[in-house]
Amino acid sequence: MKTVVILDAAAVDRAVVRMAHEIVEHNQKPEMLAFVGIRTHGAPLARRLATKVGEICNRTFPVGELDVSMHRDDLDLRDTPPAVGASHIIFDVDDKTIVLVDDVLFKGRTIRAAMDELNDFGRPQCIQLAVLVDRGHRELPIRADFVGKNVPTALSEQVKVFLTEVDGKDEVLL
Amino acid sequence: MTATTWTRKDLLGIQDLTAEEITFVLDTAAAFKQVGKRTIKKVPSLRGKTLVNLFIEPSTRTRTSFELAAKRLSADVINIAASASSITKGETLKDTALNLEALHADIIVIRHSAAGAPHFLAKHLKASVINAGDGAHEHPTQALLDAFTIREKKGHIAGLNVTILGDILYSRVARSNIWLLTKLGARVTLAGPSTLVPRVFEQFGCRVTYDIEEAIRDADVINLLRIQHERQCKTMFPSIGEYAAMFGLNKERFARTKPDALIMHPGPINRGVEIDSEVADCSRSVILEQVTNGLAVRMAVLFLCARGL
Repeated sequence: MKTVVILDAAAVDRAVVRMAHEIVEHNQKPEMLAFVGIRTHGAPLARRLATKVGEICNRTFPVGELDVSMHRDDLDLRDTPPAVGASHIIFDVDDKTIVLVDDVLFKGRTIRAAMDELNDFGRPQCIQLAVLVDRGHRELPIRADFVGKNVPTALSEQVKVFLTEVDGKDEVLL
Repeated sequence: MTATTWTRKDLLGIQDLTAEEITFVLDTAAAFKQVGKRTIKKVPSLRGKTLVNLFIEPSTRTRTSFELAAKRLSADVINIAASASSITKGETLKDTALNLEALHADIIVIRHSAAGAPHFLAKHLKASVINAGDGAHEHPTQALLDAFTIREKKGHIAGLNVTILGDILYSRVARSNIWLLTKLGARVTLAGPSTLVPRVFEQFGCRVTYDIEEAIRDADVINLLRIQHERQCKTMFPSIGEYAAMFGLNKERFARTKPDALIMHPGPINRGVEIDSEVADCSRSVILEQVTNGLAVRMAVLFLCARGL
């Protein structure tokens, strides 16, 4: 199958900037915002969004990282266990507006696991979801509040996100 | 190591683990340690699974630790002590275990006075078998939590001088520790009375000395072991008082250790025998942190072995 670039480096940046503006527009109380990225690729995206929103509002926001392995619903279906990392949230999530960030929204199961993991740290006032790519095929009633790009896909296709912090370049391939 | 190389359903000992597998367990344990710091200290990873603590030999620390670890992973736990079971009515270990499996037990954590008992069960059961101590053979989760504590405090294990002091002959903790630490590149020194530290242990790749001053002088880690009276069929040294005087880690000896040497002990400690109170309670003593880390290590072991059953 031929791979197609659906977002190049400039387009990734534009998408992040646009989502940042949408987040500001959507939240009347920016002082309550905090960003939490899902590893691996959601974590650097969360840091980028926090920086961009911070530039717009002229303030800094707490940023955390989630590893959702312990809450996955497919643990028994895998041949081998996942490499589990520690979630890193050093701020109080109680009563915050948490913007949960991931690279690709697909079946929605990772987001379900992430919300359960996040609730183990406390009770946020609300959780909003930001994703760089929404490729459809949801298996759970979950939708994103902020989307970088909607990409209709076939189940057999793969969306591959590269980010400078992890992979040395910004690019999204289908 | 990547996750795809962990394929074990049982943890029977350290001897047959690779350095990569050991490191993978320690890395996984680091993630589970963080769960203990959350508002909700429980994750659903083993929801719907049943763990049986089959303790044919008494224990409080290890049994409690496994029970709490299982509960924090959302498994159901049953505790069976030999004295209160059908073992007193003549049932064999294998029959007891098969009955537990017939009740859909997914994980059996076994402590037994006979070396090899967990290996025997693992051969006959589909359930995951975890060795919580078999005779004087192995106590793998203790060695893993000791290594976890050392790595957390020192940042690495390779190249460290680790002295294990006390009753080596009857200690499963010593054997598991020796295998683990040498696999990860530490230099292990064994010390204690010659009756309890036979030279044959040099075959394990460690050093044996009867000079306690020399054993503690260059040690980065000093792991003290209790005298296992219950396993000694005859007296191996003249008296407890003499042992304390010759080999106990008292204030004076402690003053001659390296200023950053860690003091460890698997518990239960006998104050005034192998360790003085001042030393056990000092800032370099990580004895209680070992207990906290034991919980994280056991969560990791249960998660890795029982997931997928």
